[in-house]
Amino acid sequence: MAHTVLEARHISKNFHDPVTIQVLNNINFSIDSGEFVSVTGKSGCGKSTLLYILSTMDTDYEGDLLIDQVSMRGKAEAELARVRNEKIGFVFQFHYLLNEFSVLKNVMLPGLKLQKYPEQEVEHRAMEKLTMLGIQSQALKSANQLSGGEKQRVAIARALINDPLIIMGDEPTGNLDKKNSEVVFEIFKELAEQYHQTLLIVTHDPGFAARTHRIIEMEDGKIIK
Amino acid sequence: MNYKLIVSIAKSLLLARWRQTLIAAIGVTFSIGMFITLLGFMNGLNDLLDGLILNRTAHVRLFQEVKPNPNQPVNASIDYMGAYNFIQSIKSSGGRLDIYNSAAIMRAIRADQRVLGFAPRITTPVLYNAGVVDINGAINGIDVAAENELFFFNDYVTTGEAIDLKNVANSIVLGKGVADKLLAEIGDIIQVTTSKGELLSLKVVGYFQSGIQEFDKVQSYTSIATAQKLMGKSNSYVTDIQIKLKDIDQAPAVAKEYAALFQTDAEDIQTANSQFETGSFVRTLISYVVGITLLIVAGFGIYNILNMMIYEKMDSIAILKATGFSGKDVKRIFLGIALSIGLFGGFLGLILGLSLSLLIDQIPFNTAALPTIKTYPVNYDLVYYVIGIVFSIVTTFFAGYFPARKASKIDPVVIIRGK
Repeated sequence: MAHTVLEARHISKNFHDPVTIQVLNNINFSIDSGEFVSVTGKSGCGKSTLLYILSTMDTDYEGDLLIDQVSMRGKAEAELARVRNEKIGFVFQFHYLLNEFSVLKNVMLPGLKLQKYPEQEVEHRAMEKLTMLGIQSQALKSANQLSGGEKQRVAIARALINDPLIIMGDEPTGNLDKKNSEVVFEIFKELAEQYHQTLLIVTHDPGFAARTHRIIEMEDGKIIK
Repeated sequence: MNYKLIVSIAKSLLLARWRQTLIAAIGVTFSIGMFITLLGFMNGLNDLLDGLILNRTAHVRLFQEVKPNPNQPVNASIDYMGAYNFIQSIKSSGGRLDIYNSAAIMRAIRADQRVLGFAPRITTPVLYNAGVVDINGAINGIDVAAENELFFFNDYVTTGEAIDLKNVANSIVLGKGVADKLLAEIGDIIQVTTSKGELLSLKVVGYFQSGIQEFDKVQSYTSIATAQKLMGKSNSYVTDIQIKLKDIDQAPAVAKEYAALFQTDAEDIQTANSQFETGSFVRTLISYVVGITLLIVAGFGIYNILNMMIYEKMDSIAILKATGFSGKDVKRIFLGIALSIGLFGGFLGLILGLSLSLLIDQIPFNTAALPTIKTYPVNYDLVYYVIGIVFSIVTTFFAGYFPARKASKIDPVVIIRGK
């Protein structure tokens, strides 16, 4: 039985510097569990901005955001961090791994923070995720020794470690070549279809978007389709 | 709160770029090391200069001044009570230079809890006989053991042994200047004449060098018993009692009290050496100013290094926050990093400071004024080391706290988008 995982209610956002520009204008939509959704639009249409708001990382907006039917409005910074930790997995365009840590530790960090499982269990689960994504052999390497495609797969493993409600991606294939993009897309598709993982991916690649289950198209801060 | 995780993240961030960490720690080390070295050296020199006066000067000196009697007979007369008595041409009376009832006074002083110790003394002018020439001088009869303990007399006896004054009958320790004039070697017999015309032969057992040449050209030391014999006085004859107190600041009060109690003149060190007080104060002030300046400069240095280090890690902060670490966690991680650098760098700074101090302590420093000083003096007061380590920790705490707090407050998206 599908339920609503994420809901945007009348979300608007203005940039005030140097002049007031409305980047998002009254955004309303919701995502049910198990959906594989992509947000597309031209560069500058506000899709990334929308994603940052939906991920709770940007708190400067009007309207309301519900994650797991709970309003994020007025929550303290530490509570939002907790929500991100527990319910959201994030994949960036530029992989954003911590180079100071090994691949395995990078994947484990959000799990250790959540403290739902003891350290050994977290490590075991991290290995499982890495195996699932086919990069278990790289687990003990330092993060900056990996290729771009491998890094992005590590980032996906990290996003998965706490079994999040939803995975959000900000142009996750934007920085990858054709072959690696395909690999990453296949991973998302597998997650959506086999594991019924809810996914919300921002992309400007129409080919990528076309193969997702649902496309939200944006233009000038509004949803047009 | 998951401190284990925070500590392990802080440790990884520190060790991942250990060269940068080391440079930051070395910045702290140098600041603290220099602070300790400079203050230790400055205060060593200050102590030396203070010691020049303090080691040789009693905190309170009891003596009998030659002066007109303030209670002239006419004032005691009942007939002229309540009248203004104008007396002219008053002369100093008596001429008695020894302290009345000295044995009882010494007993009373010994019982006083505020007193560290005292040394009785006899000071008398003499003439040193050198062939046909007589040289003006003064002999101090001293209690060698007490002088050694309170005024470090032994330190100033450059040749011979001070204790021989006590062990050898009729012996004398000559001032270096006097000895040069008399051409007197150790073991020679010299003759002195007192102001009363008495003549005595004394055996030279040592030379004395105070660092003040004018003083050494005149003064000599002998034992109290010899001085009493020289003057033909009984063994209770004492002209001075030099008192050292446990707390030098009490000297004026004690001097006033003793003057009233013992009916003698009493002078405290603050009055006798008011220029010393000013000099000492100014030197202390300078060392405080230098110390505070050093700490402020060091503080800004530490702040800059840590600030840069944290701003360089902004990306890591953004990732940590995006994956669910709160601002508080981020703050704790960076405070942990800052404090580790402060503690490690500060500790090395203590070692550096101590090593440099020990090095300075080995540099030769010979001056005629200070016969006992062979190397530059350094003060190893624990206080500077405590201030050093506390300061390094407090500074790194704040140097880490402000940027960490700023980093903890901004939305991670600001960092990510700024990329």
